[in-house]
Amino acid sequence: MIRLIRFVVLDIVKNKTTLGYAILLSVFSWSIFGLEDNATKGVLTLLNIMLLIVPLASIIFSTIYIYNSAEFIDLMVSQPLKRKKIWISLFAGLSISQSLSFLLAAGIPLLLFAPLKIAISMMVVGCVLSIIFIAIAFLASALTRDKSKGIGLSILLWLYFALLFDGLVLFLLFQFAEYPIENAMIGVTMLSPIDMSRILILLQLDVSALLGYTGAIFSNFFGTGLGMAISALVLCLWVIVPFYISLSIFNKKDL
Amino acid sequence: MIAIQNISKQFGRLKVLDNVSVNCQKGECIALIGPNGCGKTTLIKSILGMVVADSGDILFDNVSIKNEFEYRGKIGYMPQIGRYPENMRIGQIIEMIKNIRSYHNQLDEELLHAYQLESLFSKKMHTLSGGTTQKVSATIAFLFNPQVLILDEPTAGLDPLASEVLKEKIIKEKEKGKLIIITSHLLSELDELVTQIIFMQDGKIRFHKNTAVLKEETGTPTIAKAITQLLKANAL
Repeated sequence: MIRLIRFVVLDIVKNKTTLGYAILLSVFSWSIFGLEDNATKGVLTLLNIMLLIVPLASIIFSTIYIYNSAEFIDLMVSQPLKRKKIWISLFAGLSISQSLSFLLAAGIPLLLFAPLKIAISMMVVGCVLSIIFIAIAFLASALTRDKSKGIGLSILLWLYFALLFDGLVLFLLFQFAEYPIENAMIGVTMLSPIDMSRILILLQLDVSALLGYTGAIFSNFFGTGLGMAISALVLCLWVIVPFYISLSIFNKKDL
Repeated sequence: MIAIQNISKQFGRLKVLDNVSVNCQKGECIALIGPNGCGKTTLIKSILGMVVADSGDILFDNVSIKNEFEYRGKIGYMPQIGRYPENMRIGQIIEMIKNIRSYHNQLDEELLHAYQLESLFSKKMHTLSGGTTQKVSATIAFLFNPQVLILDEPTAGLDPLASEVLKEKIIKEKEKGKLIIITSHLLSELDELVTQIIFMQDGKIRFHKNTAVLKEETGTPTIAKAITQLLKANAL
């Protein structure tokens, strides 16, 4: 299995798209910190960009990579290998290489310019977000046999999590503004990994006052050890559930 | 060695395999023939676990292949159309499969030398012609001295010289007592190779006979003639 993972990682590292993604991300991060003299503002700007680009790049690149590996998967399945192992190796390979390129591109400027605690949480959140969206990409490509449908589905899922979900939350907020829904909002937030990541970082930045009363509730919840543990668990579930479903689909798939 | 028990497979509404049962023993060389779309490749792919049958079971050395994978180490498979990662070189592919199989005995590199693939090792897969790809597939199938060889249209796309090399190799392996399963449309080629014929039609097995018996029954000297006679007489 380790051989397979190594093979996938090497294959992706050689891919020019990954290089492009890393360069783009590092240009953004360096220029943001170069232009902003306030580290907190810089982190906020980078956070907003990261929350858009990282999921998009992870989900699209992974979906395309899986479809392009169809031949490789075919070849491996006829060899004495468990199907599970092939799928897990692909996932691990993609996760490792995407996280690595994120760490190299955004991690170095973060460590240099931002306070250590925030830099580390940004790096963890960036890697976790990459892995979550790779898992979602695996689900999308296990569900559809057709490449263009699969990529379409991935883009839709990204759109939903990055833009539509926020709209829905705002809509709910306004509709139920009269009711005490602050606690329910925490539950709703967990339905989107992007929103959870945003809140986790914002709370570390002490700008949660900007979030108003809801912010106080959030920091009450996420600030505690239990809240952190629960949110870590939920983020893990966001990786495990889509990937596990895709694995059981792939196990029964006809090639 | 391989026992296929009542397997059925449906793709959407199309029934590709309909309650198929076959027994294959060591030392046999079986030709799987039939019109296009009769389920030959699906049958082969279900033996390899690439297609999961809806019902029925396949036993390899008396063990069900469901959720098994190690048995595939005993099979050499040559696909009808070899599909390989496009950016890899021939050498890398062979090296990778050697790595994955972790096979420690003597490799059978006869075809590798016969097809002079070593000189093409640095060529990328997407630059290869169909015939060269077939040569790579054949080499990989025979490389690990497998007990079972499954060859899906092995000579399609090969030039006469290469296909002669492959045929001789098949005969040689047959004499070593391996089980060989071939699908082909070129009946004339099968004469010197096979000992048994399985004729499939519409996902069912029409007959499974020894070639000698078949020729005797129809009173014809070659397999090709025997089959055409049977088809004409509609004796199936």
